[in-house]
Amino acid sequence: MFANRFALGIRPVLRASSNITARKTVLKASLNTVSTTPNAEDEILIAQRKNRPVSPHLDIYQPQMTWYLSGLHRVTGVFLAAGFYGITCSYAAASLLGLNFDATVIYQTITDLPDLVKYAAKATIAFPFAFHFFNGLRHFVWDSGKELYIKGIYRTAYICLGLTAVAGTYLTFLS
Amino acid sequence: MFKQSLVLSRQFTRSLATAANAKPSLVKSFKIYRWSPDTPEVKPKLVSYDIDLNDCGPMVLDALLKIKNEQDSTLTFRRSCREGICGSCAMNIGGRNTLACLCRIDRDTSKDLKIYPLPHMFVVRDLVPDLTHFYKQYKSIEPYLQREQEIPDDGKENLQSIADRKKLDGLYECILCACCSTSCPSYWWNQQEYLGPAVLMQAFRWLIDSRDQASAKRKEILQNSMSLYRCHTILNCTRTCPKGLNPGRAIAEIKKQLAFD
Repeated sequence: MFANRFALGIRPVLRASSNITARKTVLKASLNTVSTTPNAEDEILIAQRKNRPVSPHLDIYQPQMTWYLSGLHRVTGVFLAAGFYGITCSYAAASLLGLNFDATVIYQTITDLPDLVKYAAKATIAFPFAFHFFNGLRHFVWDSGKELYIKGIYRTAYICLGLTAVAGTYLTFLS
Repeated sequence: MFKQSLVLSRQFTRSLATAANAKPSLVKSFKIYRWSPDTPEVKPKLVSYDIDLNDCGPMVLDALLKIKNEQDSTLTFRRSCREGICGSCAMNIGGRNTLACLCRIDRDTSKDLKIYPLPHMFVVRDLVPDLTHFYKQYKSIEPYLQREQEIPDDGKENLQSIADRKKLDGLYECILCACCSTSCPSYWWNQQEYLGPAVLMQAFRWLIDSRDQASAKRKEILQNSMSLYRCHTILNCTRTCPKGLNPGRAIAEIKKQLAFD
């Protein structure tokens, strides 16, 4: 039994045996064949996987336009949604609780802010919005089956980033 | 006569090999992911090996074989055909998935070359990933011709027009090396249910085969939230395919077919 477990690589992590006995089991194990059924095979696989590490992924994969922009699309989407729901929900909650949080108060607070803060705040909304918008259009193009080859993927990526820069800047300085 | 001898003498001088100048050594270090099931308590680590590129073949697989032959025989990896047709030596080289036998070694020695197994897979040992689940997924799409009447009336072949045959180009060449599937972040996070680009491209290959008659059943297998629709068109698959195929497009075409169902 132990010999089989060794051959299949499902031995428990703690080593109970000394080196010499381990070497003997290797020799013995290499002469053994294990007959299994598909179901038993599955169980062996599950047992093996308890020992096996998962190979590194996100932090070793080469930075590429493809998955970086996809990640950015999701992050900006979550950010914009959180901002939208955050403001609308707090607006609703404030009116229910009778807090002083209405359009005039918001307008007054924002106009009182220094210019630098105002533009910074606008940019943090304008650029994610512009990117998410144009990359969303890029996805529509793909869903229709177009631009789905390396050159098209990169071309649309650069167009999307360029439009984001232009539209983001425009919206930031829109008064 | 004179002309002839001139030609002869020219050939003669050409055939004489001049001694090649001994090239100076060009040492590059390779950092390779190591983990052994014999010592499961030892964490996986990168081990560095130095190779003289002027004394080594041009491809990463040559370097791996050289390390195994000369420096560390315990280094474990899969390889077979050494010409990009078997798909055995798929691994993550310099951060992207490709076949070691088709990947040239960058001769810039100031940079290390890092080699990992295919990303987010269970590691059997060193650079050998566990592909059992990947093959099971391939099996699940029933990748073979299915017809109501198996043998055609003439008892010979299932014929196909040249145009229909052409639709299979760029799909049938897939060698199932798993480079694309394991480059896909969606596949990393949802491996158990999402089929992944390689398998989906084969699903498409059978969907558009004019000889196959099981399209309805094939579509039904994919018509759920996980099997196909975990594809978010990230397109790492198309970017990484060592055979230059386009799994991303194939998946988009399946989505289109299902949308019009």
